[in-house]
Amino acid sequence: MAVTAKPADEHAVREALLDNGLKVLVKEVHTAPLVSVWCWYKVGSRDEVPGISGVAHWVEHMNFKGTTNIPRDQVKGIIERFGGAWNGYTWIDETTYLETATRDALDQMLFIEAERMANCLYHDEDCESERTVIISELQGGENDPDQLLDIEVTAAAFKAHPYGNPTIGWIGDLRSMTRDDLYGFYRRHYIPNNATLVVVGDVETDAALQAVERRFGSIAPGPVPRRTAILEPDQLGERRVSIERGGTTAYLKLAYHAPAAADTDFAPMLLLDAILTGAKGVNLWASFRSLPPQRSARLYRALVERRLASSVSGALMPTREPFLYTVSVTVSEGTPMEAVEQAALDVLARVIEAGITPEELRKSKNQLYARMMFENDSVTNIAHQLGYFESISAADVFESLAARIKAVTVDDVTRVATQYLRPSNRTVGWFRPSVSGSSR
Amino acid sequence: MTTAVQRGLAPVKRVLANGLTVIAKASKATPAVTINAGVRGGSACDPDDLIGLSYLASRVLDRGAEGWTAEAIAEDLDNRGVSLQMSVNRHLVMLVTTCLVEDFEPVLRLVGDILMRPTFPPAEIDTRRVEIVTAIRQDEDNPAVMATEGVMSLLYPGHPYGRRSKGTIESIEAIDRAALSRFHRERFGPDNASLVVVGDVEPERAVDTASRVFGEWVVAAMPEPLLAPAPLSNRRRGLVRPMMNKAQADIAYGFTTVARRDPAYYPLWIMNTMLGQYALGGRLGDTIRERQGMAYYAFSTVDPGVVEGPLTIRVGVSPDNVDRALEAIDAEVARMADVGLTPEELEDGKRFLVGSLPRTLETNPAIASFLQGAQYFGLGLDLDLRLPDLFNEVTLDEVREVASKLLAPERAAVAIAGPYRDDGIAAPSA
Repeated sequence: MAVTAKPADEHAVREALLDNGLKVLVKEVHTAPLVSVWCWYKVGSRDEVPGISGVAHWVEHMNFKGTTNIPRDQVKGIIERFGGAWNGYTWIDETTYLETATRDALDQMLFIEAERMANCLYHDEDCESERTVIISELQGGENDPDQLLDIEVTAAAFKAHPYGNPTIGWIGDLRSMTRDDLYGFYRRHYIPNNATLVVVGDVETDAALQAVERRFGSIAPGPVPRRTAILEPDQLGERRVSIERGGTTAYLKLAYHAPAAADTDFAPMLLLDAILTGAKGVNLWASFRSLPPQRSARLYRALVERRLASSVSGALMPTREPFLYTVSVTVSEGTPMEAVEQAALDVLARVIEAGITPEELRKSKNQLYARMMFENDSVTNIAHQLGYFESISAADVFESLAARIKAVTVDDVTRVATQYLRPSNRTVGWFRPSVSGSSR
Repeated sequence: MTTAVQRGLAPVKRVLANGLTVIAKASKATPAVTINAGVRGGSACDPDDLIGLSYLASRVLDRGAEGWTAEAIAEDLDNRGVSLQMSVNRHLVMLVTTCLVEDFEPVLRLVGDILMRPTFPPAEIDTRRVEIVTAIRQDEDNPAVMATEGVMSLLYPGHPYGRRSKGTIESIEAIDRAALSRFHRERFGPDNASLVVVGDVEPERAVDTASRVFGEWVVAAMPEPLLAPAPLSNRRRGLVRPMMNKAQADIAYGFTTVARRDPAYYPLWIMNTMLGQYALGGRLGDTIRERQGMAYYAFSTVDPGVVEGPLTIRVGVSPDNVDRALEAIDAEVARMADVGLTPEELEDGKRFLVGSLPRTLETNPAIASFLQGAQYFGLGLDLDLRLPDLFNEVTLDEVREVASKLLAPERAAVAIAGPYRDDGIAAPSA
């Protein structure tokens, strides 16, 4: 095991690389008697091939169903006994699993993650039973017109890159995928040299690293699956998606191809989003659950304060490759879609034409600084950020983000607005409720 | 367990001369402070002809105060990266915000102006009304909301707990500025409010700042109206809200339980944890999701109330599986009512609930919310220290007693919303 030297700052992250290629990040945080363990895999829905969309997410579900050394009937309670919670999620670039519990559960958490990496079972009957659970998850999402529109807009925005596929998968693939598809995907991607283990909390770093070595050291590495480079061609003109279905409320989305997290344009885009819709921060696990400070944001003023919309939000997610910047609008009862779309586009056009003010830049930097402080409020959230950025690029992309944001100028923001918010780079989505089939 | 955990949260509590309760707890985990202000004026206080009054008031309160236009409030908050979260539950109007520690005093001054001297600008009332009307229309298209509201209306007919806090489009449109001002005058006063401050600020400084901001607030607010008890039903009731444009149906299935201050709340808490929370949704999750693969979610919750709050089971299933899911719920409810928990389950539940306290009380907003709840229900601010004993003292007999008293498929309220038309839910299937 290669370990970075003990840093002078006891709160810094210690990094280690096991001989089998597992990367380990440990950070001591002694504010509560808790530890959070996250195991991250560099695999997400962008790694799927046609016919098995949704396999990464389904595999994540299967990896909660017992292992060689954790019989199925002992899964329940395995972490709850320590007052803990566990979970997992899959998205376009990554799949991750976490446990947060009292510090005496550290070895148990490492045992669970080592088992999950090497020894999951994939019984036929479990695969079949999970098929309907996942289809239920998909249908539950389709009940929400905003989610439905998001899937359609994202699919329309990409014609070459698999980022266009929904992480949950397409229904036909979910119906036809086999146990062998699932197990094969699991075996190819769940290897130590394709993973990052993060431990944050009330631990002593050297002891934690030894515990990790004991649990994971004997897991054999494998050939790291190649992530095929796929370049989405430049979009040549505006694309439009229009859904008309039963419902009560209209929704509008404007999606623009946007820079990846490691791109120099990412920080200016974060500030542009803050100016348009309020700063969210960059923690997918925590930040998007509360309203951003947005009352003076340009799109909020133009749409919500003028009663054209009841809400507006922006999403610029940190991703490995260029994804989307999406503005989502809930249209006020009785307002024509055309009027809302035009009002939103006018705001974006004004940024391109006249730029932003130094005052707006200062305010949006304050917001991002505050949000990035607030989203560090638990061992779980701190651990998430370390593993997330390591999985999509490298941990230093996260560590350098504050400095990158600080260095952004008014001209940088205007430049990225001009480059990314151009009409030919956007996909516009409408969801209009049809009268028949409405719930009334 | 560390010494810090053994000492518990140990917040400082001061009641100011004007009657305002201030609760402060220092935490240096982040350079931030959470302010949680609760006023006893929740949706249960709404007059029958103005349902949604407290909700609309909460949406407009922070949009103008003496010396502050809505725009000035917006600029001040956004400059500090702060968002105010206004919310309403059955009992409280709540203002919650987290700010950087250096912004604590100015943000608390703004919170004080909003709570004490709101101006309810007419244009803001109109704008927020448009938002609420759209939100009500969105709810009408949301099977989960429709099922949950449906079961509450069955459990609490004619009772304030059975109403939706947002009101109806008609009731919201009937609320004018005079009604909002009257609501504020009657409900908002220091006797009716509790301010909780948790974060990187010494408790005495938090109390001093609160005294300076709120010390001159002298208003005699009306006490909360007494709520009638919510009696147990003696029959099964059902309703179906067909939403044929949807892909999946939502089931909400419930009972009234016991008041939060009832000692039986603790056996109920453990019973519900094992019925529909533990691991992936307790026994319900085991049966409906894990063994039968019917649903992505199956769980149950208990809401604390001044009078008997609800226990609600929620499942989202394909319309083909509604009847099977109801059978499974009926069977689990009947089993719990008949035999309660096994000794192992009781121990697992206790260990989980006691062990999860450090995790659930880790962040400033979570601690503030816990203390606000303990203060509101009069449970004592050392509740976190007493909870382990309160859980550990629960016996199998107490769990069985509360389960057999409260749960019975033949007395359940069942609401289904989604692409489903059958109304055969009136009779229990188990």
